[in-house]
Amino acid sequence: MAYIKADERLDITDVVCPVTFVKTKVALEEMEEGQILQVHLNDGEPVQNVPRSVKDEGHRILKLEENDDGTYELFIRKVGE
Amino acid sequence: MAVDYAVLKKGGFMRQKQKNHFSLRLSVVGGQVTAEQLVAITEVAKKFGRGYIHLTSRQGIEIPFIRLEDIDSVKAALAEGGVSPGVCGPRVRTITACQGAAVCPNGCIETEELARELNDRYFGQELPHKFKFGVTGCQNNCLKAEENDLGIKGGVRVSWKADKCFACGLCAKLCREGAVSIHDGKVAIDSGKCNYCGRCAFGCPADAYETAPGYLLSFGGLFGNRIQKGSPIVPFVEDKEKLFAICDAALQFFRENANPSERFRSTIERVGKEKLDEAVWKAYNGETK
Repeated sequence: MAYIKADERLDITDVVCPVTFVKTKVALEEMEEGQILQVHLNDGEPVQNVPRSVKDEGHRILKLEENDDGTYELFIRKVGE
Repeated sequence: MAVDYAVLKKGGFMRQKQKNHFSLRLSVVGGQVTAEQLVAITEVAKKFGRGYIHLTSRQGIEIPFIRLEDIDSVKAALAEGGVSPGVCGPRVRTITACQGAAVCPNGCIETEELARELNDRYFGQELPHKFKFGVTGCQNNCLKAEENDLGIKGGVRVSWKADKCFACGLCAKLCREGAVSIHDGKVAIDSGKCNYCGRCAFGCPADAYETAPGYLLSFGGLFGNRIQKGSPIVPFVEDKEKLFAICDAALQFFRENANPSERFRSTIERVGKEKLDEAVWKAYNGETK
């Protein structure tokens, strides 16, 4: 997939579930429909739970990339108001 | 007039220690009770019982301290509120179920619908001993399928859709069975390891999985005086009619082989598990009757 340009960036590597998802949800709420949020998250519980929760909220996941240090970049397109 | 306790028991009236008092078991399917039914139950418990109910271990409701002379009035009052008595004794008991796919994000099958269908087909059917069905929606097993005489556990058969996948690798991480592997951007699923839990598909950010619901069955569970885990016989069943054919075969095996007051598990052990296996496999292969 081609390079994705994010409108906003969010780092949730300093918090644990469920705050990971709460912060992601709040960030998405403050954005406009169609904008892209890039989330920096940890391996383990965050990567296993956050993408699914975001998907269940109705947003579109564009990409999930693994970094060299084991963290991840999750790209989300906001759907709905 | 002599009181026929067996008839009362069959109709859900369980004799209490206290003379001429009964704990009335109500019919509940899949753990669902409507608000209207609750109102009727409340009124009966207040008027004819002692103002409380008891929740049974298998999603049932009982109204204790119903007096012998009130039995007919109680039945009439409950019927008006759409509530019917349950059953006790040697027959198919309450069909239990979790909330399943209709409500639960992990649910793989429509447990409520299935519980109703099983109830319509089998509830109250006369057998050599009690027989319990339990329906759970997924591998999390909230409804404890294997403790039932016949346990039904929902699952999904997954298939990977290459065109939608962006090879993030999350499905391999989500799989607890080590059944998903990724090589050169292609996902492979080891069907020998897959337990049909659906975690790969439900968690996939790209919706790159298709799922087909089905059932995993366990036979001969006990959770009373003796504790035994029900065990599988046939693989994942994707067709509901096939599921019913297997249930029919298991009940028929029980009816034909059990001694009076012998539980399904004990019958299986006495006559040999291979005999039940044969009957269940026949139903699985569509060779019954």
